[in-house]
Amino acid sequence: MNFIKYLIIFLFLININSTLFAKDPSSLINEIVDEAASILSSEDPVESKIIKLNAIAERSVDINGIGMYTLGKYRKSINEEQKSKYQKLFRSYFLKSFSSRLVDYTNPRINVVSQKKINDKYTIVNSVLEATSKRPQVKIDWRIYTKNPDRPLIRDLIVEGLSLARTQKEEFNSIIQNNDGDINALFKTLEEFLIK
Amino acid sequence: MNKYLSFLLIILFTFTNNITFAGDDGKLKLNGSESNGYIEVSDCFEKVNRGVFGFNQVLDKAIFRPLAKGYRMFPQPIRSGTSNALSNLGNVVTIPNNFLQGQFKDAGINSARFIINSTLGIAGIFDVASYYGLQKRDKEDYGQTLGVWGAGPGCYFVLPVLGPTTIRDSLGSLVNLVGGDAWYNVTVVNDTQYFSEADYYVSRLMSGIDFRAKNLESFDSLENSSVDLYASVRSLYLQDRYRKVRNIDKTTETLSDDDWEELDNQ
Repeated sequence: MNFIKYLIIFLFLININSTLFAKDPSSLINEIVDEAASILSSEDPVESKIIKLNAIAERSVDINGIGMYTLGKYRKSINEEQKSKYQKLFRSYFLKSFSSRLVDYTNPRINVVSQKKINDKYTIVNSVLEATSKRPQVKIDWRIYTKNPDRPLIRDLIVEGLSLARTQKEEFNSIIQNNDGDINALFKTLEEFLIK
Repeated sequence: MNKYLSFLLIILFTFTNNITFAGDDGKLKLNGSESNGYIEVSDCFEKVNRGVFGFNQVLDKAIFRPLAKGYRMFPQPIRSGTSNALSNLGNVVTIPNNFLQGQFKDAGINSARFIINSTLGIAGIFDVASYYGLQKRDKEDYGQTLGVWGAGPGCYFVLPVLGPTTIRDSLGSLVNLVGGDAWYNVTVVNDTQYFSEADYYVSRLMSGIDFRAKNLESFDSLENSSVDLYASVRSLYLQDRYRKVRNIDKTTETLSDDDWEELDNQ
């Protein structure tokens, strides 16, 4: 009987603990947006900014998850060795692509406006990139993977309704498809991009 | 010869809305089979399309991009005024499509906006209607209406100069030429003493430049980070049209968890 009592208390405490430390998806976005804005508006050299931006991405984006998603149907047909090679290549590709896109912005202002929990695994955080004299306001939605509430991770950016993960997936699939389903063609393309 | 040129110009500028250029969309496999929340669309002539896309890229770099950059140098109020006036003109296509899609409230609001902005707003330069609480609505076109009526997109293809489109969207654009666009009717068809053909062509060209100018950085970014720009543009175009046909505003309505779900279960 005592065992059951302790078990209940233990489970109760664990539950409180996870509730206390669960990170709100909106807070995650606010945090990384503030951090990125501070890096981008700093006087640091570009290389230093890229290193810091990549650190944010490594911490808050599910790079492996996105990588496997973007392989689409081909993820089922690759072996472990190819999978490992792909994940390494994709990580480098993602970080290079991510930081080179961001580093041109000097002080992007992104405001989180709302969030909607789709299910236990996903929450969509809605935000707005404020207009500048050069471009209009842009709606950016973040697809946050919340399976582990203590460590929510970004899995997709939906810019004005257009999913970047989906676009990436179709891009990669097009490369593989146009090379008779050969995944090595994608590896080669990614390698070429990385040395560019 | 003049007629040929005239026809060519009409075709080119009528499709200006599609001048999302070789810069914005992508995905495929025909005949309306729904996959992961999206209709799969066939890229029927991919090799040819890639060639045309390459040609459009050259044209963009040589003409449209420099024009857009030049346009960017005008003061913000001038660009906003131009954008407002062009958007106001677009209402003459949006309003009939609102009716055709059964969006009667939007048709009323857009009609009121058009009347107010064309008069008090001085040919649409100032968006006075917004001050009266009549907020801007989404644009609608005949391609979207055909989609709402159940027509599938058909093949995806790329037109010279005009960029990505589908069979359905091209047919929709042709409706503009056979009476569906009041602005085209008063300028090109019934040449009046107030407007000339040139007004029409200039307005279409300006729409393209205005759009390009608003997206200079986005296109550059896409180009720099893409490993198959053609496929990216195809994906973005088809995603965009999917949303517009379904008049979806909320991201959550466009998302399908199927692929992610499968990934989690692996």
